[in-house]
Amino acid sequence: MKTLAEMDYSVLQQCMHCGICLPTCPTYLETKEERNSPRGRIALMRAVADEELDITKAFGDEMYYCLGCLACTTACPAGVNYAELFETARADVEKKGVLASPKRDAIRWFALRLIFTRPRLLRAMGRMLWLWQASGAQMAFRKLKLTRLLPANLRQLEPQAPTVLAKFSHQLIKPVEKPASVKRRVAVLTGCVQDLVFADVNRATVDVLLANGCEVHTPPVQPCCGSLHAHNGDTDTAGELARRQLDLFDPFVFDAIISNAGGCGSHLRHYDHLLAEDPVYAARAAEWSRKLKDISEYLVEIGFRKPTGAATASTEVTYHESCHLCHGQKVSKQPREILNAIPGVKLSECAEATMCCGSAGIYNITQPETSGWLQERKLGHLRATGAEVVATANPGCHLQIANGFAQSGEKTTVVHPVVLLAQAYRNETGAAR
Amino acid sequence: MSPGNPELVNALVQVLGSENVLTALEDILPYGFDGTATFKQRPVAVVFAHDAAQVSAVIKLARTHRAPVVTRGSGTGLSGGSVPVPGAVVLCLVKMDRILEVDPANLTLRAEAGAITQKIFDAADATGLFYPPDPGSMKISTIGGNVAENSGGLRGLKYGVTRDYVMGLEVVLADGSICWLGSKCVKDVAGYNLRDLFIGSEGTLGVVTQVLLKLLPKPAARQTLLATYARMDSAAETVSAIIAAKIIPCTLEFLDRKTIQCVEDFAKVGLPRDAEAILLIETDGHPAAVADEAAKIEELCRAHGATSVRRAATAAEAAQLATARRSAFSALARLRPTTILEDVTVPRSELAGMIREVEAIATRHQLNIATFGHFGDGNLHPTILTDERDTAEMHRVELAFADIVQATLARGGTITGEHGVGLAKKPFLKSQLGDASYELLRLVKRSLDPDGLLNPGKIFDQS
Ligand SMILES: Cc1cc2nc3c(=O)[nH]c(=O)nc-3n(C[C@H](O)[C@H](O)[C@H](O)COP(=O)(O)OP(=O)(O)OC[C@H]3O[C@@H](n4cnc5c(N)ncnc54)[C@H](O)[C@@H]3O)c2cc1C
Ligand code: SF4
Ligand code: SF4
Repeated sequence: MKTLAEMDYSVLQQCMHCGICLPTCPTYLETKEERNSPRGRIALMRAVADEELDITKAFGDEMYYCLGCLACTTACPAGVNYAELFETARADVEKKGVLASPKRDAIRWFALRLIFTRPRLLRAMGRMLWLWQASGAQMAFRKLKLTRLLPANLRQLEPQAPTVLAKFSHQLIKPVEKPASVKRRVAVLTGCVQDLVFADVNRATVDVLLANGCEVHTPPVQPCCGSLHAHNGDTDTAGELARRQLDLFDPFVFDAIISNAGGCGSHLRHYDHLLAEDPVYAARAAEWSRKLKDISEYLVEIGFRKPTGAATASTEVTYHESCHLCHGQKVSKQPREILNAIPGVKLSECAEATMCCGSAGIYNITQPETSGWLQERKLGHLRATGAEVVATANPGCHLQIANGFAQSGEKTTVVHPVVLLAQAYRNETGAAR
Repeated sequence: MSPGNPELVNALVQVLGSENVLTALEDILPYGFDGTATFKQRPVAVVFAHDAAQVSAVIKLARTHRAPVVTRGSGTGLSGGSVPVPGAVVLCLVKMDRILEVDPANLTLRAEAGAITQKIFDAADATGLFYPPDPGSMKISTIGGNVAENSGGLRGLKYGVTRDYVMGLEVVLADGSICWLGSKCVKDVAGYNLRDLFIGSEGTLGVVTQVLLKLLPKPAARQTLLATYARMDSAAETVSAIIAAKIIPCTLEFLDRKTIQCVEDFAKVGLPRDAEAILLIETDGHPAAVADEAAKIEELCRAHGATSVRRAATAAEAAQLATARRSAFSALARLRPTTILEDVTVPRSELAGMIREVEAIATRHQLNIATFGHFGDGNLHPTILTDERDTAEMHRVELAFADIVQATLARGGTITGEHGVGLAKKPFLKSQLGDASYELLRLVKRSLDPDGLLNPGKIFDQS
């Protein structure tokens, strides 16, 4: 991967510092200082390319203060490719090692190189976490106040650890499932967090595809998509994981490759770019990117069948847009179309639906303050709608919002739109399957 | 002066606290420019004030240390107004952003200078009132910046510019004194009208810290129309015809083919990509009058060669079209790496001729120029799409600029309609004003700011 200094300079020049993006940037709204804004960050990156600024620790800190929410790319009329700039800048920061510390290095190695490159290990960890939570050990540990023994930042996170489901995707979904009459063939990506914590979302994804005449292929063991790596400056591993993905799925044999997690999808769509200079994989990656679709996007594209059953009797739902679904993938109308098609669902729009909830990959761990500020802002807007259900299509957002409500003892539930759709199909009278 | 000026910085920290004084390279680099292409200069420090007393303190300190002060709002200016000068302290007002009062009894609104224009519009709107000036940058520009540049907007044709809405302002002078000019009275003729002196003064005469704005009742109805043309001249003729028919729409905006395509690439609102020009027209007021005007406008458009006229069906669609228009300048950046925007205004009768002339200038200098603007006001934004790294081309850009300005002045126009003189238009001001008026301007500057402390070198060279 090229550095800021080596990359196509016109990508940096594209920003004409008009400032249109400023009011959409969460970190600029928090501080009102230019360096915390998109155009400020781009100015810093350009200064690095121009050799007016070294890659300093302050530069590194700034690149990690950015949420990577891409709200600026939606706002920018000039079409600045902020995603590419951001990933390049973070990769530069990692190459330079300006933020290196033994603790940070250990955590990064553990998360990015060990756990999120080995799906079986990840599942084993998930299984342990599940045992811990299901056996009551977690409660006992908390009752004995042993959490005091944990370091401060882990102690804060412990209650936020997601509740792992008893079954993972491969236990709920067969490698190939066929509907009564096959109209299309698709592959489903099960994700990492989605696989452990929201295997039900994956099951629902397969269900709605089957209900729409798709033969669904879901390999039981799938590599991580690499989005976490690309967003954290580890572009080499991201490239490696993309190649493994392309080895497992042949994009030429499917009508579409389906992702249901906003964050993963946003990265998965750009394999063409990531592997553009790879002589072996470039063509395959291009085909992959052409066929990669978010589940809501695909359902609307194929004209999904409107359910006749209701998800539940009557539900007031509000929709929080995952940054990487709306800004990264420009999928914004489709999830609403799905929700509106479900009998009994009343969609109430919330304010700032496209503003980041503060989850942003591992941002809630690295920048708890800003993350907490955004979480509160988000919960306020969601509460104001009075809806009893929040729909959202990304596991990170799902956890962030659900944790927020749980902490304040509220009953509001969080759900992926396709889970509601799957329920509605299931509740159709005389429904087969 | 020394590059870092540590004594001044220490003194500023004493007054404002260290969190409001930025000096690290990573912090100050992004304050080296505004929305204008090609101007860049690093400040020695960036400071944030939270009230007029702090602004006054900053100015007094800067005076003691003989450091120039460049006031900055959101840095969206398009004439280099808030680009620092060497050795400057940038005084940034975006943290003074409160709306202090909405007074429905007197139809006024009072706000701190750093308040965002859109927020002012929203606060008025929430009480059924209307703040008309709406520069394309209104979502991010500050009201202080609008006053300093006397900004215009999409509704300028019927409602005028920022100046027409400023009833009073609080300003900190070059000696640090704080004074109020103007009042809530609709009629007020006590003394010289000094308030107007500061409107459009581009931060060279004082720092505006508060503004008192006039509001209007919200128009009961509005209708937006989009007229498409196969010939640029037809669009210009339509504008003349509308005005000649004694109709003053609130908005009469023009986009040429290149601009239409870039805007559509970004906004995707269904603009006709193959059109040579479009007019975006809005009329507002009493519902009956609006319906009547809209019908007449549509008729005039068709009579003067519009190939189609589309009416916005809903308020949301109208808002979408206006937002798309507001993105025109930035959207043009899609075509070439560097986007340089002009801001000339000619008497409305000269519009068609002026546009043809801009086209001729583009051809003569082999440049890519797109044009859009506030047609109803005669305010054009020919925008040169270029690459600042191509020195040969940049030389042709300069020549083309000089030609555009020449052509404007020859037609009785002005070198800037709304963006101000700043750094960008400085070389041309004298030829527009003539020697005596130009000297008068300098005299005013010298009497209010004898040490040349406030935004020196903007509008004219420092004497
Ligand atoms: C996309 C885009 C569209 C635009 N559309 C329009 C338009 O339609 N109409 C229009 O008129 N302009 C337009 N502009 C230009 C610009 O937005 C205006 O000039 C605006 O008023 C600048 O406000 P600001 O807060 O960004 O000021 P800045 O750019 O920060 O400052 C502008 C000037 O004002 C001075 N200044 C700022 N605040 C104060 C203060 N409180 N007291 C004294 N001096 C001060 C500065 O020193 C500087 O000289 C547009 C700009 C962009 C980028
Ligand atoms: S909107 Fe785009 S061009 Fe304008 S400042 Fe932001 S990133 Fe730069
Ligand atoms: S990605 Fe989000 S946080 Fe980062 S600059 Fe863009 S809008 Fe701001």
